[in-house]
Formats: sequence, C-alpha cells, structure tokens
Amino acid sequence: MNETTTFRLVWLWSDILIWLLFACCVMGGVWAARDETMRQTWRKVGQSALAMASAALLTCYLTIGLLDSIHLQFRLPNHAVAQQVKSDTLAPEIHYSPEVLSVLDVIASGLRERREKTYSAPYAAHLFAKETREVNGVQTREFPALRHAPQAADAASLTAIGLAKGAVVWMGLCGIFVLYRIARYAQSVRSALNALLGKPQAKALAWRSFMLTLLIVFLFAGVLCQSSGGLHVFGTDKVGQDVFYLTLKSIRTALLIGTLTTLVTLPLAILLGLVAGYRGGWWDDVIQYVYTVLNSIPGVLLIAAMVLMMQVIINMHPEWFETAAQRSDARLLALCFILGLTSWTGLCRLLRAETLKLRELEYVQAARAFGVSDLAIMWRHILPNLFHIILIALVMDFSGLVLSEAVLSYIGIGVDANTTSFGSMINAARLELSREPVVWWILVAAFVFMFMLVLAANVLADAVRDAFDPRWQGGVGRTRLKRAAKVLA
Amino acid sequence: MIAYIVRRLLYAIPILLGVNLITFALFFLVNSPDDMARMQLGVKRVTPEAIQQWKAERGYDKPLVWNEAASGFHKMSETIFFDKSLRMFALDFGRSDDGRDIGLEIRSRMVPSLAIAVPTFFLSLFVTVSFALLLVFFRATVLDTAGVVLCVAAMSISGLFYIIGGQYVVSKVWNLVPISGYASGLDATRFLILPVIISMLAGLGSSARWYRAIFLEEINRDYVRTARAKGLSELRVLFRHVLKNALIPILTGVVVVIPTLFMGSLLIESFFGIPGLGSYTIDAIGSQDFAVVRAMVFIGSVLYILGLLLTDISYTLVDPRVRLQ
Repeated sequence: MNETTTFRLVWLWSDILIWLLFACCVMGGVWAARDETMRQTWRKVGQSALAMASAALLTCYLTIGLLDSIHLQFRLPNHAVAQQVKSDTLAPEIHYSPEVLSVLDVIASGLRERREKTYSAPYAAHLFAKETREVNGVQTREFPALRHAPQAADAASLTAIGLAKGAVVWMGLCGIFVLYRIARYAQSVRSALNALLGKPQAKALAWRSFMLTLLIVFLFAGVLCQSSGGLHVFGTDKVGQDVFYLTLKSIRTALLIGTLTTLVTLPLAILLGLVAGYRGGWWDDVIQYVYTVLNSIPGVLLIAAMVLMMQVIINMHPEWFETAAQRSDARLLALCFILGLTSWTGLCRLLRAETLKLRELEYVQAARAFGVSDLAIMWRHILPNLFHIILIALVMDFSGLVLSEAVLSYIGIGVDANTTSFGSMINAARLELSREPVVWWILVAAFVFMFMLVLAANVLADAVRDAFDPRWQGGVGRTRLKRAAKVLA
Repeated sequence: MIAYIVRRLLYAIPILLGVNLITFALFFLVNSPDDMARMQLGVKRVTPEAIQQWKAERGYDKPLVWNEAASGFHKMSETIFFDKSLRMFALDFGRSDDGRDIGLEIRSRMVPSLAIAVPTFFLSLFVTVSFALLLVFFRATVLDTAGVVLCVAAMSISGLFYIIGGQYVVSKVWNLVPISGYASGLDATRFLILPVIISMLAGLGSSARWYRAIFLEEINRDYVRTARAKGLSELRVLFRHVLKNALIPILTGVVVVIPTLFMGSLLIESFFGIPGLGSYTIDAIGSQDFAVVRAMVFIGSVLYILGLLLTDISYTLVDPRVRLQ
C-alpha cells in the first residue's frame, strides 16, 4: 500500500456473497443465452411489457444495492495519526477510520452529513416542532430553522433542472443502445430507434416499456437528487437523518434478505429433495421426517427462537467483530441463514415429488440400464428437468422474504439496530402517527419504496412462471384465457 | 377410518419429539443456562451466586439430559430435558421466566384470540371466494385483468401498511372505532370489527388469485361444457357447478389452518392490543421469555399436525374417490 492511497476496500461477508451471487447470475445468463430452448423461454418473459417494465425497475434497485455493497475505509489524516503515535521510529503507520462506508455513502455524503436535530417535513425549511427561544429577552415559540438551511434556489427551479438532467441521462442511455444495435446488427439509426422505442412487433422484446420505465425512474431520480442537494426531499427522522438516504440504504438490506437466503435454501432443498425422491426408501423416510418436523413448527416462532439464540451468542462474543459494521453484517447474514433454514421445506417437497415422477420415465431408466451412476443420473438427467421449479420458487420467494423482513423487524427479531431497513424505518416511525400533526413521511417513503420493489418482483415472477410453467394460468397474461373463452363461447 | 386416525396420531409422536429436540437444542445446547442467566441479569456486574439463584428459581440448575446423582428412573426425570420438554406432552408447560403459570395464561388468552381469528377466517373465505368467482365470471375481459392487477398490487403491499393505514384512517381520522383495546362479552365487537376487516383485506390478494386459478382450471372441464349445452345460464353454471367442484381444493387447502386459529395472529393482536395468544407470544419474544416461546412452539406444532390430519380426513368427506389407508 503506497502513500497516496486514501482509502482501502473492505469486503464484508455479505458483500462477497452478494457479488458472488451476482456473478453467478451473469454466468447463468451467459449459459442460458447459449442454450436455444432457454433463450426462447427467456424471450417469452421479455416479450411481456409488464415484465420488462419491472425488470427495468429491479435493475435500478439492484444498481443501488450493488453500489451499497462496495465498502471502503478512509485513511485518517496524518496529523491525527501523529498525535496517536508518539514514539515510533519506524515509518508512520497508516491508520484507517473505524467507520466503514459504502460507495453509495460516498456518493450521497451530502445527505449523510447534513443531519438535523429532529423531525422535519419534506422540503421544509424549518424543524417540525416549535421550540421556545429567547429573542431580545422575549420568549417566543417558533419553528427553528434547519441547521443546514436550504439554499436560496426554490423548489420549482430545482425540479426543472432535475427533470432535465434525468432526461439527458436517459437519452444518453438510449444513444448507447442505438449505437450498440447499429454496430451489432448493422441497422440504420431509424430502425434501431424503432426497435428500442417503437411499438414492439410480434415476438420482439418489449424494449419500449423497459425504456419508458427507465425514463420515469430517471426523471424522478433527477428531481430527487437535484433537490436533495440543499433540501431534505423526504424530510428527516427522529434523530435528524435524511429519510431519502435511509430509504436508499434500506434497498441493500431488502435485496440481501431476498437473495442471500436462497444460498441456504437452494443447496438444502435441491440436495435433500433429489436424494429423497431418487433413492427412496430409508433416505426418503429420514428426509421426510426432517422436513415434516421443521414444517410443523410455526415459521415465525422458529425464526424467533433461532434469532433469540443468535442474539445471545453474538452478545456473548463481542470479541469476534472488529467494527460495528462487521457486527451488524454478521447479524444480517445470520438472519438470512435462519430464514433459509426455515424456508427450504416447501421447495424440497416440490422437488421430491417431481423427482419421483421423473425417476420412472423411460430415459432415466435407460440411463440406469446403461450403468450410469446414480450421481450422474441425478446431475445430468434429473436436475436440469427440475430447473423450472427451482427458478419459479426462487423468484416467488423473493417478494415474500422482503415483506417478511419488515414484519420480523417489527416483532424485534429482524436486522440489527444499526442496519437500516424498511422494517426498522417503519418500526421507528409507526408510533409517530399518533402525533398531532402527523409525521407521515417516513412511513410513506418506506412503504412506497418497498411496494415498488415487491410489486416489480411479483410481476416479474408471474412472467417467469407464465413462460416456464405452461400449465399455470393465474397470471395477467391473457392469451390462453382468450383461447379458452373462445372455445366456450 | 378410526384405525387410520389412530395411526396418524401415533405418527405425530415422533414428530413432536423431533420438535422438542429442536427447541431443546436451540434453547439449552446452543447457549448454556448460564449464558441465558447472564443475558437476563445483565452481562456486566453479575455474580455467580446471582446466576445460581436465577437458575434454581426456574429449575435450570439440573443436568441437561442425564442426572448421574439421581437413582433409577430419576436419572432421566430429574433433568432439564424431562422437566422442560417432555412434560409438554402432558400439556404441562410449567412457569414462564417471570414466574407465571403458562398453562393458565394460555387458557385465559385463547378466547380473545378465537374471537378475532374465527370471524376473520369465515369472512375472508366468503369474500375471497366471491371475489374470485366474480373475476372468473368476467374472465378475459378488462375487468378480469384489472382484478388480477389489483390482486398482485394488494399482495405486494406490506401487511404492516394495512394495519397502520387502517388504524390511522378509520380510528384516528374518521373516529369510527377505538384504535386498540379489548373488552369482554358483546362489548368486544367494536374492538374487533377493524382488525377482522383489516386481516381479511391483507390476505385478499394472494388467496383470491389462487382461487381464481382453481376456478379457471375447473371451467375447462367437460361437465361445465355439458352444463352449458343443457342451456344453463352462465351464473348458474358458475355458482352451482363450478363452485361446488372447485370447493374441494379450496376447502381442503383451508382446513389446515383451522386448528392454528387458536394461536391467534401475531401482528394484528399486538397492534390492536388484544390480549390473545399472538400478543402473548410477541411479548415473550420481546422480553426474551424462552419458556413461553418453547411452549408456544410446542402448541403450534401440535395444532399444525392436527390440521394436517383434518385435511386428510376432509378429503375423504368431500371427495368419495379418496380413500384413506
């Protein structure tokens, strides 16, 4: 490490895992693009305008979450170090701030550092509650001005500038897309633009809804970012933190809980489900027994029991963690682990049932007759045919997990108090509804951002299920229904 | 049939034993009673005597699974595992960590829990089935799409939002019902209306969508076509023929939750201040009263297993083709 570096990267465990998962998804995408049937099925997902719109929204969430998953520690300035290290003859040691920040924190450092005293409403120039102040010996009750008073620029012009910036970024993105299509398919500018923004032709990907969703998001983001340069666009919370910043930070927690849990669920469910279904007999009995036992304990109670025990362990061993960030990170991971341990049974049962069916099919029996080993049969012949069940279960679980985080935080068995999450925001703010006038902005911000995330995930999950499970007909897609209606008419 | 039920009940014993083993391992092996005592008494400034006394008061000072000091059968019975886990099979839950009789507490809190869970159960079944049938009646029209979109949106909203929003609008802004609280007897109704409606609404989205899928599967069957060919009206076909047949999967899917109605709802009860088992559990989790959590885990498992049994029996009742063996 040389003299000029001002920060060092800190890899928290959850960062490593989420990036690993992301890399796996990218690799899975590359693999799926090579396989003709997979590509066709995924194209079916992409043809749905709703699915593409939610994919755009999820991409934005993911970007924020990933930015928030690269952590740094800044180097302390030398003079501060010099005071600490008095008598060293060696080269001055490099000291780093104990505060672990993410890239998102650095980008939004303005938001993070402009803390007020307590609640203030969105776009307000003063605190929420009146305070008694003495002016020239006369006591008056008035709204104290914010510590970081908004600059003179008014909200309207900030909004206009923000809208313009958002639109410019969006057009830049469109330009990149068009250039890519021109380079890749040798299209004219006009037809490339048409493919991107025109009405999608039959069997074409619904890029238009993707881009339009991005446009809306960018416009909003432009306004919010521009205005939060001097204002608190979503207000501040009880200890004066900017609510917009808290909301952004919550996204990572939600994504982590929704995705990392699957790292525990998947191996357990796949391995046990396959073995139980394929080997049968004694294996099957034991595995069925295990998941019946786990299943019969009410989910929340099992999670509560495990989390309580985990809290005792972590409290008893403060020496395991160097920084507060590591400690809350460990708690978050443990929560994911616990959620995974309690939620693999459903998928395992599905996989077992499907394996039982597949085991009897001719091609598996033929493989067995050829003397292929059990492991090879499970890996090469059965697992690929379970893929759609696994995928559907994954995307369906995501939204449920995000929602359950809020509930768990309310019960008091959710994330660490230092970790910002939608649940902890809601929990902290729910009692303030009984105030007069009402402190509503924290709840609204948390609920709206959580709602958009879960809605997008649900819609995408529906589209994936529509494409991968032809028998399912509960989605919004109406083609099959129309056919059915015609038959009936 | 009776032989089947008896066999199923016997099969429940190893499962409950497994549940007990898991909770025992969680509560006593992962952390020793000493750790728990230190947690409860505060980590700092705690004397060994205080820990000993805390453990003795709650019966945690015995060996975990095997008592060398005792003789004969007491080698087994004078242990924490016997006292705290096996005794639950006799519905003896012992005392909570703050010294109250858990069994008594559960019996007195069951009524408010049922008072809220039973009406919720029937109301939501009725409303969701009707809503889903309505969607199927307008299938493949704009109304149907709008309904499904509404369902997806409704299930994307956090349950907390329904509760907080409902309490705020109905109780605070409109002042229609009290925000929270409970009274015994008929007086309880005004406290119960809002929680019942809110929990109905919170579950509407996902179950209505699921029922709609079941109805749609049913509507392509031959008997439906025959009924139409006979010249029956669409409404009649839906309500007399489709509904009856689709009720089989719906009812059997719903039966499993009936016994767990006793447990009450965690969130609703604690938000509305209803002194039921759900809020009891939440309070226990909040105050880290492990004895209560253990007892609730056991009861929950018993009720769930009972629900599974009821499901299987209800299959034979509504569908004569299914035979239990």
